[in-house]
Amino acid sequence: MSAVIESHNHDDHHHGPAKGLTRWLYTTNHKDIGTLYLWFSFAMFLIGGAMALVIRAELFEPGMQIVEPEFYNQMLTLHGLIMVFGAVMPAFVGLANWLVPMMVGAPDMALPRMNNLSFWILPVAFFILLSSLFMEGGAPNFGWTFYAPLSTTYAPPSTTFFIFSVHIMGASSIMGSINVIVTIMNMRAPGMTLMKMPLFVWSWLITAYLLIAVMPVLAGAVTMMLMDIHFGTSFFNAAGGGDPVLFQHIFWFFGHPEVYIMILPAFGITSHIIETFSRKQLFGHTSMVWAMTSIAILSFVVWAHHMFTVGLPLAAELFFMWATMLIAVPTGVKVFNWVTTMFKGSITYETPMLFAIAFVVLFTIGGFSGLMLAITPADFQYHDTYFVVAHFHYVLVPGSIFSIMAAVYFWIPKWTGNMYDERLGKLHFWLSFVGVNVTFFPQHWIGLAGMPRRYPDYALQFADWNMVSSVGAFLFGASQILFLFIVLKTVMGGKKATPEVWEGSRGLEWTIESPAPYHTFTTPPKVN
Amino acid sequence: MNEGSKKTIKTLCFAVVGMFTFSFALVPLYNVFCEVTGLNGKIELKATSDKSIEIDNGRDISVQFVSHNNEEMPWTFKPSEDVIKIKTGKYHTATFYVKNPTNKKMTAQAIPSVAPSNAASHLKKLECFCFEQQELAPGEEALLPVRMIFDDELPDSIKSVVLSYTLFDVTDYNDVELTRHHHDGDDEGHEMESSL
Repeated sequence: MSAVIESHNHDDHHHGPAKGLTRWLYTTNHKDIGTLYLWFSFAMFLIGGAMALVIRAELFEPGMQIVEPEFYNQMLTLHGLIMVFGAVMPAFVGLANWLVPMMVGAPDMALPRMNNLSFWILPVAFFILLSSLFMEGGAPNFGWTFYAPLSTTYAPPSTTFFIFSVHIMGASSIMGSINVIVTIMNMRAPGMTLMKMPLFVWSWLITAYLLIAVMPVLAGAVTMMLMDIHFGTSFFNAAGGGDPVLFQHIFWFFGHPEVYIMILPAFGITSHIIETFSRKQLFGHTSMVWAMTSIAILSFVVWAHHMFTVGLPLAAELFFMWATMLIAVPTGVKVFNWVTTMFKGSITYETPMLFAIAFVVLFTIGGFSGLMLAITPADFQYHDTYFVVAHFHYVLVPGSIFSIMAAVYFWIPKWTGNMYDERLGKLHFWLSFVGVNVTFFPQHWIGLAGMPRRYPDYALQFADWNMVSSVGAFLFGASQILFLFIVLKTVMGGKKATPEVWEGSRGLEWTIESPAPYHTFTTPPKVN
Repeated sequence: MNEGSKKTIKTLCFAVVGMFTFSFALVPLYNVFCEVTGLNGKIELKATSDKSIEIDNGRDISVQFVSHNNEEMPWTFKPSEDVIKIKTGKYHTATFYVKNPTNKKMTAQAIPSVAPSNAASHLKKLECFCFEQQELAPGEEALLPVRMIFDDELPDSIKSVVLSYTLFDVTDYNDVELTRHHHDGDDEGHEMESSL
């Protein structure tokens, strides 16, 4: 992307970027930092994906073939941690960096130096986390939810490094969120009232507040673990008066808002793409804002639905069941909103639209399996089976990840000034679409049939669908190499993009030339 | 940077510090909540001296005792009687047999739990071996008493209560905790090497 942006250096009243590596190291430009975040996230996506393929390769057939169970557990743990904290979250922060200032008509993020810091500590955090693979005792092996006492009493020594890396990731997220909120609250162009804000900006405003509220709780949880391991406290140790169930409460108090942190920006992206390619205004802008806000608020009162089987009292199980089901209401508002936007629209099916439509359909499937899991008595059957794995992969892969890919295809002409190859984009979509469904749909069935999650081996009756699932996973994995190729090809060149790029595009970012100049909106635009 | 931004930053920093503090506040909150409601089968680890709960015409209930050893706790630990019939509002003393079969002095801590959990707040103990750590010399054995009473407020639906104790090895706790963890880690490390 650098080459393209540099070609605009002749635009003399704008300062161009510095040359060489230091440009990226010292940059305070929101577009540069957005690019760094996106590339970092893509690298993590490939590393985490490779780990997923180790898992699927082992599960291709029953019995132990490729890796040792201990190593399998490490792959499982790192895959989860890397995909959540390394791939999905930084990708959304990268999109926020690129888009939020352009969408609200601000010259840059509010705190550009902190922006640089919040990116550059991320590679450090993941270097520490990944280096634990080479330590004595191996990498963390207790699953991405790191339940105590697995992560305290029985944890490998590298857990201390894991804790440190989580602290750094948390600091990065918190700094990123402060930046986003301050930018949105204080640097909007004159005339852009809160309710006129584009939905991606809204979705990120809500996400940033969620991050501010729960990342410190995650930091607290890992700090308690650290103290239990090294300083003789007993937060989660029953012998000393602590309680392992407390860990799960604290973790999921963070964890449930966290899963919405990974989906809310996707709601914003999807809204933009669907209205653009339907050539219609979004059916209900205000209802979308309220739906996102209510989802965010409800996310704080549903955490114990992850823990129905720990022995909660009946009243708590009922409360958390109903509260969880209540979330289906605002989610339904959103889905109907997208569908009614498409209704009678002049729809064309460019790659971003294909990903967005797939998002709506497949995310809804993930939402429905979530509703099934919310039914307390049924959850006793589904808990810790592959049904749960299928559920959260449906909301995260064709949910969050598809929306990120849709966003890349949608805005990459604005970023690079070049159109991507539509034919290859569509091919990438169909390969990913087939791959994702072949991978995860059969997991619903083997889960309902009783296959537990997190084991490197399984009973013979699950063999066929596991094989299908593994084939799908390799298809999906391979098609992401195509994605990398398409992005690189677009960065290098391609058909030149117009400022508005898409026929039905709306929003401030489409009023500036493509590629977006290094500095935009140094004088704020007027919004009517 | 304008005044508005500075104010927003300040508020957000307060929120971050506040939420970090809140995560630690969850620990006492959780314990208070569990004790007040009796959820999670938690009971207070201290003696009651309330005389007013003693009555003469209580109803019959049965109490089952369950004993567990945590992890690799080597002690023999079992209730003298598995099930007893008692009346609500009457004190009863039950005993647990423990023996330290090892050749080193060990310290143990028992942690109680009550099922169903809504019986927990109605169980009062005048004396319990779980109130303090128990120390046994090599080969030493003992009968540990628990003197308890169920108040008459115990819901009628509850005819039988399970009182469970888990015995934790706390010999090395606090002082040599660090070395123990590292030692465990090392062992795992060797296993890993051979398996990889």
